[in-house]
Amino acid sequence: MNSILKPKEKIKQLLRNYPRERNHLINFLHLVQAEFGYLPEEVVESLSEHFSVSPAEIFGVATFYASFRIDRPAEHEIQVCQGTACHVRGAEAILEEFSRELQKKFGVEEWPNKVSLKKVNCLGCCAIGPVAMVDGEVVSKITPARVKEIVRRLAQGQSNKNEKENFAQGIKQN
Amino acid sequence: MKKFISLNQLQTYVQSCLDRRQPERIISLSAASCGRASGALKIASAFERYLEEFKLSDKIKLKLTGCHGFCQLEPDIIIFPEGYFYASLKPEQVPEILEKTVVEGKFLDEFALVYPGSGKNIRRVLELPLYQKQLRWLLDVHLDLDPLSLDDYFAHGGFSALLKVLMDGSQEKVIDLVTASGLRGRGGAGFPTGLKWRLARKTESQEKYLICNGDEGDPGAYMDRGLLESNPFSVVEGMIIGGYATGARKGFIYIRQEYPLAVARMEAARQSCYQAGLLGEKILGTEFSFDLEIIRGAGAFVSGEETALIASVEGRRAFPRQRPPFPVVSGLFGQPTVINNVETWANVPLIIRQGPEWFSQVGTTTSKGTKIFSLVGQVKFTGLVEVPLGISISEVVQEIGGGAPKGRKIKAVQTGGPSGGCLPVSMFNLPLDYEALQAAGTIMGSGGMIVLDDSTCLVDLALYFLRFAASESCGKCAPCRLGTAQMVDILERITRGEGQLADLEQLNKLGRVMQKGSLCGLGRTAANPVLSGLRYFREEFERHVLEKQCPALVCRKLITYAIDREKCRRCYLCLKNCPFGAIKKEPDGWPYVDEELCQSCGLCLNTCPKEFGAVFKKPRYREVSEERPMDDENNQGPGRK
Repeated sequence: MNSILKPKEKIKQLLRNYPRERNHLINFLHLVQAEFGYLPEEVVESLSEHFSVSPAEIFGVATFYASFRIDRPAEHEIQVCQGTACHVRGAEAILEEFSRELQKKFGVEEWPNKVSLKKVNCLGCCAIGPVAMVDGEVVSKITPARVKEIVRRLAQGQSNKNEKENFAQGIKQN
Repeated sequence: MKKFISLNQLQTYVQSCLDRRQPERIISLSAASCGRASGALKIASAFERYLEEFKLSDKIKLKLTGCHGFCQLEPDIIIFPEGYFYASLKPEQVPEILEKTVVEGKFLDEFALVYPGSGKNIRRVLELPLYQKQLRWLLDVHLDLDPLSLDDYFAHGGFSALLKVLMDGSQEKVIDLVTASGLRGRGGAGFPTGLKWRLARKTESQEKYLICNGDEGDPGAYMDRGLLESNPFSVVEGMIIGGYATGARKGFIYIRQEYPLAVARMEAARQSCYQAGLLGEKILGTEFSFDLEIIRGAGAFVSGEETALIASVEGRRAFPRQRPPFPVVSGLFGQPTVINNVETWANVPLIIRQGPEWFSQVGTTTSKGTKIFSLVGQVKFTGLVEVPLGISISEVVQEIGGGAPKGRKIKAVQTGGPSGGCLPVSMFNLPLDYEALQAAGTIMGSGGMIVLDDSTCLVDLALYFLRFAASESCGKCAPCRLGTAQMVDILERITRGEGQLADLEQLNKLGRVMQKGSLCGLGRTAANPVLSGLRYFREEFERHVLEKQCPALVCRKLITYAIDREKCRRCYLCLKNCPFGAIKKEPDGWPYVDEELCQSCGLCLNTCPKEFGAVFKKPRYREVSEERPMDDENNQGPGRK
């Protein structure tokens, strides 16, 4: 989504000088996803040529791993952790509450276009669960009341931007 | 950082770092992922602002360290040299702490952490009861090590192990040391590390590889994240030593992409080591060269299995393959490959520096050294803890973890994640030892330790793990692909109150087939949560089956909610919030739950204000029917007979 170029051209540009060994494939898929937020279908053909493997292989890898998505993402993303520690603290109820609140705030039909609600296996923040990652930011100790608050914020278009930037900046600095 | 071109030059420099006087005062802020999620960076910028404003920056150093291990009360700071400790900090507390504690050296009792139980104020970090029974060989430096500074790593004795190895020159001797220490793989399987290295060294080949397995996929475990984020250089040093000993010229560190901070810090560490000449061609002027690459995973639990990990590093789908040949003979790109877990690599420099006798003094006959566990779940204090092997489970849960939260009762502990099992309280005297745990039906695993109390239903937990295994099964072999799906099916039936006694036998049978017939570790261990559940908690399974009851009141189809009139204040919050219209008003105004409509979502319980606490769970009485007559027909499905 950062890109103004069409997927095909952008991928071509990214592939320039990129190593042709097969073991760099997954990393390249990460690059493309960081660029577009998902893997556009053009990726299959271009990469098949570049790495000299069949398109089916590329598609196979892109769909095997849970981190890659081949559909265009919604505006916001909520990943609710379903790790064991979160599970025993009620993560499933949190997921349901998100789904209900999103339906309420964005409409039963429309919400999947605005927010993508996903499960994630474990975010590794087990001591402060239940947790969820909301637009890349870890939110800890979630209760149904906080779910309402988070969804309300998303609906108002203010996704805790400061904290998010801090976190991203912190990672960049490191 | 300048580039070191000889061993002597590095040695002199390391010595100067060790001798260098530390700044008078250090404020060490825990800023790993947990800390950041709890607002550590806001605390950091508050400190920076005030240090700047009062021109204290050159006297007082703020260090953003990794994980201090007390993950539940993040963000926390430790003020050195006294070791004063404040937890759950808020930015508005910063100026006062800076003025009184950092500048004047007075501890502020009003901000002190009060330890529940003793009611005592915790003033210094080492007074924390959580730390008392631990043996923090690996974790101790996390308290004041700047994970981004190579100098700071030198000042903590870093790279002296590599110097020792390179000065001595004998590769065999390194392997002898590691073998003598008794170090075993910390990823779960517990293969002797020295033996693995020796096998790889013996295999003739032009190219050899090392892989660091940081694909920490067990839900509920974060030991490796803790190490990678807090002390990345120790993993790099361990791998360089491993490369030297085995003859490998290239290493890969594979990290889950769900850990962005760990990836960033490892990448930073790698680059500093290249700049300092600790990685690359002719390291420190010797003939030894070693390259290191960092690979981000892409979200697949099975890629933690070593042959699947190799496939993933090669850029393919993470499918495991038949062993033998083992990776030490034919691994990455068909070449001999040593794969060790993050914690195993981090132990290597310690063993070289302190000697194998020092390492093996701790532990049991077969399990030596320490092990990091992520102690989480229904326990008073959760966090990253490091204990000597051989310590009993109850010491970890009761003494380090502080036992059950108020008013609760501990029921079991789950180790080893989806590959492990649950042990009941009656087994808590068991020592943490690879063989002892295996005999009891669970595994040491990579270190997840999840404490379960009486509010956890073991059937539901078994279902949770099997669902996880079913969705993460790569599908290559039938016992795992079909077995996990069948188990999920049966367990779902049981949690719905539709199970029967024969289902329990079916689960046992399926589990044994999966253990024997699956291709890789994922499938072979996937049934453990169910099998250990049936072994130790059969009664709980039977109550679901025979009485259609969930004793822990978890399985949704078997429970409903009710409102206690004694406590209810008729605020009607539950009524307004019920998504199913299941809460109604009696003619006299009291709300009640219509069990026909109730879907047991539990929102009423959560919305009822804490101070009232009027909503409670209760069993949903179902008619216990005789064995369903149609079952014989139903049971004809694949794998069920």
